[in-house]
Amino acid sequence: MYQLLKQIVKTGIVTERPPAPDEALRVARQRLDEEILRIFGRSLAIRHVDAGSCNGCELEIHATNSPYYNLEGLGIRFVASPRHADLLLVTGPVSRHMEVALKRTYEATPDPKLVVALGDCGCTGGIFGESYASCGRVANVIPVDVAVPGCPPAPLAIMQGILTAISAPVSAPRVR
Amino acid sequence: MRIEDLPIEAEPVPGAVPAWHAVVPAGQLRDLCSRVKEKGGRLVALWGSDETDRGEGYALHVALVIRSGLVCFTVPLAHDHPRYPGVADIFPAADRMQRATYDLLGMHARGNPDHRKWLRHGAWPAGVFPLRKGYDPGAVHSRVEDRYPFVRVEGEGVHEIPVGPVHAGTIEPGHFRFSIVGEFILRLEERLGYTHKGVEKLAETMTLAEGARLAGRVSGDSTVAYAWAYAQAVESVTGTEPPAPAVWLRAILLELERIHNHLGDLGYLGNDVALAFGFFQFWRLKEQVLRLNQELFGHRYLMDVIVPGGVARDMPLAGIEKLLDLASHLEREVATLRGIYDEHAGAQDRFIGAGRVAPSLAAELGLTGLAGRASGLAWDLRVEYPVPPYDGLEVRMATHRNSDVAARVSVRFDEVLESLRLIRALLRALPAGDLVVPLGGARPGSFGVGWVEGWRGEVLIGLHVGEQNRIRRMHPHDPSWQNWPILERAVIGNIVPDFPLINKSFNLSYSGQDL
Repeated sequence: MYQLLKQIVKTGIVTERPPAPDEALRVARQRLDEEILRIFGRSLAIRHVDAGSCNGCELEIHATNSPYYNLEGLGIRFVASPRHADLLLVTGPVSRHMEVALKRTYEATPDPKLVVALGDCGCTGGIFGESYASCGRVANVIPVDVAVPGCPPAPLAIMQGILTAISAPVSAPRVR
Repeated sequence: MRIEDLPIEAEPVPGAVPAWHAVVPAGQLRDLCSRVKEKGGRLVALWGSDETDRGEGYALHVALVIRSGLVCFTVPLAHDHPRYPGVADIFPAADRMQRATYDLLGMHARGNPDHRKWLRHGAWPAGVFPLRKGYDPGAVHSRVEDRYPFVRVEGEGVHEIPVGPVHAGTIEPGHFRFSIVGEFILRLEERLGYTHKGVEKLAETMTLAEGARLAGRVSGDSTVAYAWAYAQAVESVTGTEPPAPAVWLRAILLELERIHNHLGDLGYLGNDVALAFGFFQFWRLKEQVLRLNQELFGHRYLMDVIVPGGVARDMPLAGIEKLLDLASHLEREVATLRGIYDEHAGAQDRFIGAGRVAPSLAAELGLTGLAGRASGLAWDLRVEYPVPPYDGLEVRMATHRNSDVAARVSVRFDEVLESLRLIRALLRALPAGDLVVPLGGARPGSFGVGWVEGWRGEVLIGLHVGEQNRIRRMHPHDPSWQNWPILERAVIGNIVPDFPLINKSFNLSYSGQDL
């Protein structure tokens, strides 16, 4: 126990500053009004869905929970069920074998909900494109709010995408 | 068993990998496989190809390990109703490979105990075979009903838990069907194939050079191992010898990949036994490796650094010093953390005895890679058939006989430390010179192979060349093909809450197997 505590003290806090939202990543108009955004604020539940990825994007999603990025420290956490989620974080070209599961996961997520498509494959289909086995980009299967390119996108880019999804665009028309 | 002991005419396959290729009649296949098995050989990969556009039929390709190295059999099959004698009773790992070969090519393994589909779900109908040459690559089928008869376990108090394909954590998709009594697992049946995205069909639209990017995305966590194996295969068919500095760098990259994956797994293995401390500590170290990867090689996971003919970019000169510093830092930190894991009663209580695969069972079923070494199978490609630069490094293999989660944790610790030693040795002897040479031309119809000990186990690339330096057929093989079925055995008699821990201790690839 002594060694464990010593290691914690010795390590200290390595967490770095989070990135700012980036409107360039938004592909659909902010669907949530400011009131909901205020309630979401910094308490967001994410359900990750690998819809056919090579597992590269998953490595970087894990990394967002590493102490350097500490996504959970922002009140954003990953949950085990779409029923508990506000946001779906979807990776991969959507394989045709995952198409039904992804749609069901989307339907199982309560409104209001957001979708962030992750990685070159999630944004465009990437190297895998569309074929007998691949539906291509995530937006071909479910509505997408924010798309984060990269192969894979770095943890900061992933966080930026998530924060963009839950931020109000500066010039957003007030929805009342 | 040496290559001379097999009653066949085998040609050496050019290139870095010690490999032989032979065309054998279907009638001889089972006899050859039995002989290899009897002498302790193993099945590495099995795949098929369509040769009908060349006026022939189909072909089955089987890659086996013997003492001399890798021996690849090509078995010509008929044009109509291609079928061959199945070998799953000799090599149990062949079962799913044979079923996948049927789903993609319509080649039937006679005598296979299991005739259920494997990679085909609902995306294309029965009787349609996407890897056949006549198949339209742009074809999209209307979804067909996907029925898969899981084996039912019956009896008083038995019930099923279906899990997936969307899992509770951030992991790849797959379906696990548990049959349990109380908390105890009576049977686990896996169903994979959810991330099948047409990798092999896509490869056939590419040139040999273009295929490198695709090979590096078969399984993202093993991008270096795949890229190197693919480069070996292309270098084999084009008669290209990569320059020494490139080969040295490749080994550094491969060991960095092993280190970052092992660190990540050690963190999650702590997390899965409620030791969140372990997750944060190991992922801190892992992040340090990834950042240095980015700084020195331009990519956190080292994608697209290895290319056929060499490596695509040099390491900055300051890289040597930085890597040496990182190695010393990691060595100290990992030693401290190992001490903490070893002394942590709660963690050890969960690790020890969980998910055992006894050495005899592991040998019988063909467990491979890291998991195999944790079950007493002393086999590591870097030791058995060391290609340059491993031939001068005397890699110390990590093994364990306890065969449980604790053993797989221990092997990971040992391998991290050994990889750090190897990186040091490689940096000390890093040769100077060109990093990449132009590729020669490849003869249409030639066959090449790549074979690399990735962090998870042996990655193989089988490559058949088409006209004008194009890929005719490329089969990437992940060690997960071998190990997934054995995970089903490892969990029997364990409790359901230990499944995530046992699963993580193997950490197998879905994408690498689903293709």
